[in-house]
Amino acid sequence: MTPVLQAQNVCKYYDLGTQRIEALKNVSIEIQKGEFVAIVGKSGSGKSTLMHILGLLDTPSEGEVILNGVNTKGMSEKELAGVRNNEIGFVFQSFNLLQRTTVLDNVMLPLKYSSVPNTEWKKRALEKIELVGLSERLNNKSNELSGGQKQRVAIARALVNNPSIILADEPTGNLDSKTGEEIVKNFLDLNSQGKTIILVTHDDDLAKIAKRQIVLKDGYVVK
Amino acid sequence: MIYIPEIVKSALSALSLNKVRTFLTMLGVIIGVFSVVALVAVVQGFQNYITDQFNSLGSNLLLVTPSIGNGNQDPSRAFMGNKLSVKNIDTINLYVGDKIEGATVSVRIAKTIKYKTKEYDSTVVGGNYMSYDVYGLSKYSGDYYTKSDDAREAKVVFLGWKVKEELFGDQDPVGQKIKIDNSTFEVIGVADSKGQTFDDRVYIPDSTLRSEFNIDTVSSIAVKVKESYDIEEVLREVKTALFKDMKADDFSVVTQKDVLSSIDQILGVLSIALAAVAGISLLVGGIGIMNIMLVSVTERTQEIGLRKALGATSANIGIQFMIEAIFISVVGGSIGLGLGYLSTLAVRSFLRATIPWWTVLLALGFSIFVGIVFGTYPAVRAGKKDPIEALRFE
Ligand SMILES: Nc1ncnc2c1ncn2[C@@H]1O[C@H](COP(=O)(O)OP(=O)(O)OP(=O)(O)O)[C@@H](O)[C@H]1O
Ligand SMILES: [Mg+2]
Repeated sequence: MTPVLQAQNVCKYYDLGTQRIEALKNVSIEIQKGEFVAIVGKSGSGKSTLMHILGLLDTPSEGEVILNGVNTKGMSEKELAGVRNNEIGFVFQSFNLLQRTTVLDNVMLPLKYSSVPNTEWKKRALEKIELVGLSERLNNKSNELSGGQKQRVAIARALVNNPSIILADEPTGNLDSKTGEEIVKNFLDLNSQGKTIILVTHDDDLAKIAKRQIVLKDGYVVK
Repeated sequence: MIYIPEIVKSALSALSLNKVRTFLTMLGVIIGVFSVVALVAVVQGFQNYITDQFNSLGSNLLLVTPSIGNGNQDPSRAFMGNKLSVKNIDTINLYVGDKIEGATVSVRIAKTIKYKTKEYDSTVVGGNYMSYDVYGLSKYSGDYYTKSDDAREAKVVFLGWKVKEELFGDQDPVGQKIKIDNSTFEVIGVADSKGQTFDDRVYIPDSTLRSEFNIDTVSSIAVKVKESYDIEEVLREVKTALFKDMKADDFSVVTQKDVLSSIDQILGVLSIALAAVAGISLLVGGIGIMNIMLVSVTERTQEIGLRKALGATSANIGIQFMIEAIFISVVGGSIGLGLGYLSTLAVRSFLRATIPWWTVLLALGFSIFVGIVFGTYPAVRAGKKDPIEALRFE
């Protein structure tokens, strides 16, 4: 069976003047459809860099990223935008909601760049907002929400276009452990519905929920 | 699928987040469009004035002026050597009398007219009894002065409509006495309203005007040609006749039409020059938009990165910024247009300034153009932002 997502000999360099930072060194991983994978490692080990490359937000310096058997290297900017919109749901470490914009508008944002007709937007967004339990805060602006609520908005937004893969970079990093657990429970539910989940975390207990852990160290995959 | 009302909505909400800044950015375009529109309207007002003048005087008027437009001569002669005199009227009547309805000298001076405690600044126009026909006046009440009034330097005046309104209101002024400087005159008649320039005048026999106010120059001579004669031909005959009195260098004879069309030409050039200056201010307004849009692109790096991460293409982002720039310039342009219109109302009492339809199109078209031209670079910059660079931005 073809893996949904595959990294082959991925390297990422940052050239800063005379110094070269090697954030990822020859990383090769395969993620199967419906898997729940945790990426763990120390700060600076390259977890976010790998997430961005897997999420097609960034391009590797060397190596390839293959999505559903298709090499993403030859894709145009427009095709990449389309894939990010349809196939991937990204939950960022720092929420990244639109400022002074309502919960509803934030969740609808990916739909605005999709092929979903605008008459469907609200209905779809409401479904996902209900799923994360924020129906009562629909018309609150993002700056009127707590950290945990913001993260739930970010999750609803990642789900709204029904992507098959969800990438979450430290989604619980800013939250207390109880709220963090609830968020992770959300991911478990999604996984049981067949979604592929890739979760970055530095919390070992959370990582254990995942069926498989990928451990990064100084840019190498060690396990 | 990119849905236009949605882009407009998000452009509006982005602009409303910083209302003061949006307004200040607009100000450049507001001032630019306002100055273009106001200047065009004023020039148009002068053109209207000329057309009105032309229509009220008729097309069969000849003007004899102390030489103008004879090119290669000492310009000071135009002021120094005014050779026109009352005698010229007799000469004209003698040689072309059968082809004209009348001829009159015209002596004009600005004076304050007093009636009891009321005063009005008017133009006193001295001419002979024929000036009534030459100027095409008509009577509201009383009579115009006669040949014998001319001869005996009668101290009588015929009032323009506005002068009568200002000094007498609804009262009939015929038989009343008014004062100009220290001389007293009897009002013998009032003219019907005939446009601003005429309504502001007071007509008096030129003989009286010269003796009362010690004036011996004649500003110009007006000759009204009978409709059945060719005006150009009569013009040549008047010229030939006046050679008896003066040298060719001393005077020129032109049709009313010539004078007005040359003024019209000057106004045309003037309006182009003014529009160019105003256009520059619009350009400055456009640069202001570009400047602020570039700042906004930098400030919103994170937002751009987020949108791209969620599936926006470079074109989506570019269009969004473009619409913001166009919105600023079009709303600014419309406000400028509105202010321009208000300014025509403000000057309405002394100038019939109008905004021609092409100015409206030009102003709005130019605003859109400015928005597009100066919005493009910031929009391209915004579209080019890398999602990852944008997301790391803190
Ligand atoms: N744009 C960049 N320019 C230069 N170096 C970079 C850049 N982005 C990342 N790096 C470097 O790459 C390495 C990996 O960074 P990355 O953000 O992937 O770490 P991380 O594992 O996510 O760490 P954390 O747990 O603290 O989030 C770090 O040494 C970092 O300094
Ligand atoms: Mg990180």
